[in-house]
Amino acid sequence: MSEKTKVDSKKMHEETRQVELVIGKILRVGVITSAIVILIGIAMYFINGGGGYDSGFPRRFSAIFSGIAAGKSYAVIMLGVFFLILTPVLRVVVSIYAFYKENDKLYVIITTAVLIILIFAMMMGYRS
Amino acid sequence: MNSMLLLLIMGIAAGCLGAVLGIGGGMIITPVLTIMMGMDIKYAIGASIISVIATSSGSTIAYLKDDMLNLRVAMFLEIATTVGAIMGALLVGVFSSTFLYVLFGFFLLYSTYNMIRKLMDKKGESIYTSDDKIVNKLNLASTYYDKAEQKQVDYSMKNVPGGFIMMWAAGLASGLLGIGSGAFKVIAMDTIMEMPLKPSSATSNLMMGVTAAASATVYFFNGSIKPDIAGPLAIGVLAGALIGARVMQVLKPKVIRMIFIPIILYMGVQMVLKGFGVSF
Repeated sequence: MSEKTKVDSKKMHEETRQVELVIGKILRVGVITSAIVILIGIAMYFINGGGGYDSGFPRRFSAIFSGIAAGKSYAVIMLGVFFLILTPVLRVVVSIYAFYKENDKLYVIITTAVLIILIFAMMMGYRS
Repeated sequence: MNSMLLLLIMGIAAGCLGAVLGIGGGMIITPVLTIMMGMDIKYAIGASIISVIATSSGSTIAYLKDDMLNLRVAMFLEIATTVGAIMGALLVGVFSSTFLYVLFGFFLLYSTYNMIRKLMDKKGESIYTSDDKIVNKLNLASTYYDKAEQKQVDYSMKNVPGGFIMMWAAGLASGLLGIGSGAFKVIAMDTIMEMPLKPSSATSNLMMGVTAAASATVYFFNGSIKPDIAGPLAIGVLAGALIGARVMQVLKPKVIRMIFIPIILYMGVQMVLKGFGVSF
C-alpha cells in the first residue's frame, strides 16, 4: 500500500469506527428489548402455569396482540421472538444513516439496496 | 421446566461456537432437537433459524464494539447473498437438490483441503496487504486488533468478484436447500478473498443474521417457530454468543482454524451423503 492511501485509509477508518459504535449501541437496545420481552413471557409461563392456549400458539399479529391483552405467555414470547427477527433489519437501517453521516454516498446506495432486497424478501415471507 | 433448561444450555453452547466461527448453530441444534429430543423437523428448522439470528445479533454487538468486523465488506457482499437467497427460494424445484447437495458438499470438502493447507503453512497465517483496484474503489481494506497476538493487523483483500459470486452461490444454496450459509461466507472471505480469519468470522456473523431474517419471517408466519422452544433457546444463544465473541478475540487464528476444519469436513461429508440419499 502506498503511503498516501495508508493515511487516507487510517482517517477513513477512524470515521468508520464512530459509525460502528453508534450502530453497536442501537443494536444493543434492540437485542436487549427483545430479550426482556422473551424473558417476561417465560416468567409468565411459569407464573400462569402454561402458555395460555389449549393447543397451538399464535402466529399472526392480530392473534399475538389479543393474546398479550389476555395475558397469555406464548403471545408475549412470540412478540419477543419477532422483535429478535427485526434486529438484523435495524442493523441495516442504522448502517444507512451512519454511512450518510459519514458522507459515503457509495455505501448509502449499497446499504439501501440491501434494505430494499431484505424488505422485499420479508414481504415474500409474510405472504407465503 | 427441564426441557426449557436443556434448551437454554444447548443455546449457550451453540451461540458460543457459532460466534467464534461465524456460522449459525443449525448444524448443532437441528440434530439435537430431532434425534435427542424427538422433535418434529419443522420446529427444529424454525428453532435453528432463530438461533442463527440470535448468534448474529449477540456477537455483532461485541464485534462492533471491539472493531473486529468489516462493515463495508458485509454490506457489499450482503447484496449477493440476499439476491441469491431470493432466487433460490423462487427456483425451488427447478434444480435437482441431489445435484446441489453433492456440488456444495464437494465444495466444502475442497475447502477443508484448502484450510488444512493454510494451517500447515510454516509461515503461519499470512496477511494479504497488496493494493487491489476494486478493493480501493470500494474502500474495503481495514484493520483490527488481534488480542491473542497483541498487535494491530492492517489487511487488504483480493478477488472481490470471486467472493461476490461465492456469496451469491451461498445465498442460492440457503434459499434452495434451506441450509445455513455461514460456513460458505467464512470460506468466501478467508479462502477466496484472503481476508484474515478473525474479521472473516466476525463479518460472517453480522451478515448471517441479515440473510436469515428473510427466511425467519417465512417460518414465523407459517407456524414453524414454537414459543416454548424458540424463547428459551433465543435467550441461551444470545448469552452464548456474547461469551463466544469475547472468547474468539483471545484465541489464536490458528486455533480457530483448527476448530473450523473438522466442522466443514463433517458438513461436507453430510451434504455429499445427503445428495446420494443417505441422511444422518
